[in-house]
Amino acid sequence: MWKWINSFAKPEKAYWLASAMQPYFFAIALLGLTVGITWGLVFAPADYQQGDSYRIIYIHVPSAILSQTAYIAMATAALVGIVWQWRTAFMFISAIAPVGAVICFISLFTGAAWGKPMWGTWWIWDARLTSQLILLFLYLGVMSLYLAFEDKQQGGKAAAIMALVGVINIPIIKYSVEWWNTLHQGATISKFDQPSMPAEMLWPLLISILGFVGFIGIITLIRFKNEMIIRDKHRPWVMQMFAENSELQRLSASKKEVN
Amino acid sequence: MNPRRKQRLISVGSIAMLITAAVATMLYALQDSIDVFYTPTEILQGKQKTGQKPIVGQRLRIGGMVVEGSVSRDPESLAVSFDLVDTGPIVTVQYNGILPDLFREGQGIMATGILQTENLIVAHEVLAKHDEEYMPAELAEQLKGIKHVKPTDAGY
Repeated sequence: MWKWINSFAKPEKAYWLASAMQPYFFAIALLGLTVGITWGLVFAPADYQQGDSYRIIYIHVPSAILSQTAYIAMATAALVGIVWQWRTAFMFISAIAPVGAVICFISLFTGAAWGKPMWGTWWIWDARLTSQLILLFLYLGVMSLYLAFEDKQQGGKAAAIMALVGVINIPIIKYSVEWWNTLHQGATISKFDQPSMPAEMLWPLLISILGFVGFIGIITLIRFKNEMIIRDKHRPWVMQMFAENSELQRLSASKKEVN
Repeated sequence: MNPRRKQRLISVGSIAMLITAAVATMLYALQDSIDVFYTPTEILQGKQKTGQKPIVGQRLRIGGMVVEGSVSRDPESLAVSFDLVDTGPIVTVQYNGILPDLFREGQGIMATGILQTENLIVAHEVLAKHDEEYMPAELAEQLKGIKHVKPTDAGY
């Protein structure tokens, strides 16, 4: 078992796994986003006090939750990279960091756009909003640390340490609305016993979250594969893969000529 | 696990624990400042843990529920006054401006202003704090007996 997991430290094996997972994430993204967002924005009932404005929840909540999930994934890769010295783990960090940063920005932006009409303000320095902003800065910090080194391996290590240290922010974001007085309201759906939403509002939200999972997954996988090819472009497995590809192309081209 | 990996795991783990402890103590020390508002009880009786009370003339934020039947609007101007409550004590807020759409009696409200007397705040900003519950209008009326009317339509 350990040996099998450890085999993904090799880029060729990880590349194969990423390619195998790609179609599933693509299907989930396409289905989840189309169904979840259409259902949420068009067919779900309006809220009793916020009216139609609450519908931004179908983008705000998935992006906010998954910006944290993506960070946990990045920090896990960082741990694996530092302790087990997997090369692929560092490549994964550089693949997911910009995706997480964009998702985090979307959550902050939609939150501000929602806050203005409902609360009456774009921004307030309460614990939830501030800690989510710190998450964005952590993502940007990891990205820039990775790029700041000439040597990719050193950059990867520095970025991994930063990603690991920043993981402390995740429970702070999650519990900020319980530990302190905030303008931001408490959690709606993570109260598993009874979510504070009727089913006809909750289902599209859950489907939309699933769609965001697929969307983030597919972009991360593509970036991950790219990163592996770029970093390993002089290694045999990449050269072999491209040699095979060009061989195939030549074959199909010559077939066309024959036809 | 080979010894080198074990050593790295131990050092990563201990650094993580140190940082967690550092952040936890920092947040603990700052807890009063991280609260974005005082509740009416805290204004009159002081913060629960430190007993620290705001002084008259201090600029602060207050958060609480609007007391039913306490909203009074000056018919000639935008001036409005209402009472906020959390678990007992009541603080009155006076405000001159447009109320947010979510404002209604029983709604959570946050106001920024200056403490004039022990329990009177003159606010220059009123924000609405809604809860985490969402439901269609019919359900809200059925379950909670709430019918939300925009402040402009409610006449205050």
